[in-house]
Amino acid sequence: MKSVFVYCEVEDKKVAEISQELLSVGKRLAQKLGCPLEAMIFGEDLKNIATQISPFGVDRIHVADDERLEPYRTLPHASLANEILKREDPQIVLFGATSIGRDLAPRLASVLNCGLTADCTILDIGDHFVKKEKKEYTDLLYAIRPAFGGSIMANIINWDMHPQMATVREGVMKKEIFDKNYETEVVLVKVDEIVKEEDFIVKIIERHIEESDVNLKEAPIIVAGGYGVGSKENFKYLHQLSELLGGEIGGSRAAVDAGFIDHNRQIGQTGVTVRPKLYIAAGISGAVQHTAGMQDASLIISINKDPEAPMNKLADYVIEGDISTVVPKMIKYYKKNAK
Amino acid sequence: MKPLKIIVLAKQVPDTRNVGSDAMKPDGTVNRGKLPTIFNPDDLHALELALNIKDRVLGTEIIILTMGPQRAADIIREGYYRGADNGIMISDRRFGGADTLATSYTLVKGIQKLAPFDLILGGRQAIDGDTAQVGPQCAEKLNIPQITYVEEIETITDNEIIAKRRLDKGVEIVSSSFPCLMTVHESSPACRSREAKRVMQYKYARTKTELNSKSTDETIYALHEKRPYLTIPEWGVEDIEAEMEKIGLSGSPTKVKSVESIVLTSDESKVLSDSDEDIELMIKELIENHTIG
Repeated sequence: MKSVFVYCEVEDKKVAEISQELLSVGKRLAQKLGCPLEAMIFGEDLKNIATQISPFGVDRIHVADDERLEPYRTLPHASLANEILKREDPQIVLFGATSIGRDLAPRLASVLNCGLTADCTILDIGDHFVKKEKKEYTDLLYAIRPAFGGSIMANIINWDMHPQMATVREGVMKKEIFDKNYETEVVLVKVDEIVKEEDFIVKIIERHIEESDVNLKEAPIIVAGGYGVGSKENFKYLHQLSELLGGEIGGSRAAVDAGFIDHNRQIGQTGVTVRPKLYIAAGISGAVQHTAGMQDASLIISINKDPEAPMNKLADYVIEGDISTVVPKMIKYYKKNAK
Repeated sequence: MKPLKIIVLAKQVPDTRNVGSDAMKPDGTVNRGKLPTIFNPDDLHALELALNIKDRVLGTEIIILTMGPQRAADIIREGYYRGADNGIMISDRRFGGADTLATSYTLVKGIQKLAPFDLILGGRQAIDGDTAQVGPQCAEKLNIPQITYVEEIETITDNEIIAKRRLDKGVEIVSSSFPCLMTVHESSPACRSREAKRVMQYKYARTKTELNSKSTDETIYALHEKRPYLTIPEWGVEDIEAEMEKIGLSGSPTKVKSVESIVLTSDESKVLSDSDEDIELMIKELIENHTIG
């Protein structure tokens, strides 16, 4: 049966975190389908890369090793991926919703003339009956994502134009080693036979990799604000609380759009996915796009003027009140009671 | 240096910050009629980048290309007010229901009618889907290179354009020849505001369909006869020679199988007031169970 494919990214000779997560979910899908899991990885000096990839249960890996393939550039990677996907004809292809995946996947979807669902939070396998054709399609990819409006999850399928492709944000899928001693067949891709001179028309002149000082993913405590915080002034209370608790500050998309907080601190489907010990949601109503990125927090406090806010249903503690009243009191009583 | 021809892809989007409960139809598609609309924010950044190039390269022409229902003509007018030279509207009921693949096909058919061109610019993504797919898909169909997430144009010469890209973890400076397509990141400069003079000049710009609607004043008709540039060209399926099986729903591989309302649940929530007693009690509990402190 046709395989499940994962496009893997490389960072400093290592398989990127997001790609490890994709291999894990890819393996779960492949098991449900009873088909092989394959990966493709393009870069420089990748001789030992298979040892990193095998434990995820990868049956075959397509390696393109050439100095011109690193750092990533659209056209050479697209030519290689296109050639491999056409030859191998997989049923499902997964990409990270990263600067690279979001640049590459749509270009491939266009040339392969197939569907691509962005920023999925759940991937599953299932069937679909097409009324018009009176035909049952089995073993389709269910690409499930929060959709417009924030109160719904949409299940996106594609039954007639394959492969079925999807992107997933970093941190959404759980990383799982399948078998430390799994055997993987390595296929070396003949780069020169596929990549053409004109694929190198875009040249990288300079590159600065900045380690972000924002570390929301690892933070045990997150204080996040939404549109309901009301102003940048009120956001200062959240900064104070977060600093006091040794946490990180985050925000909903509405808070980012309103200019209360930087976009690199956005939590949710199109931002960062977090799993802290404590999540304080201040003035966040709780649209699915946001909760998709924080619902696995161990303990949630929702501070909201609206007793009907959806976030309250998710919360362990609900405080009905104004940010400017509640947060200073939390600071005051923390200082009083903490040892 | 020789003037450039720049096509800016712009989309009218529902303002997702003001979504009501009637925003979705029962079949899971967006009920666009029920939503206030805005110029997609990233596309305004793309327009600014085009205007910035026009400031540097005299004689450059900026064409706004949009696809959408009739009211998307607002996007063209807004573009004129801020400095675009021309606007084209791709509008036809048969384009409806398009996903990104069908959308990029349709836009490319429109772009090809405007060829030759030097640059295609568009926002990185639209706020109604955040897919960021249409730019790269158009570049592939046009068989030209793409530079995504552009923040700034560093240098521009007759043969080469050098741009700074904003990545997840850093920046990259890259060069490309012409023609190429760029998607513009939200961290690029915000779009300049409307020019009063241009608002006066273009406020009666209308598509033919708008002109023919019952509510149109006779004086606007007369004005369009005197000043033909006010009539916004409107292209349908036949005008761009689009193949029916590649547009709209039939050209869209992705379909919505089902939508599910999300009911958030928690075992039990403790509901507290904003009183000092309640908040101190909660803080004490959190310290006791080592969540904080």
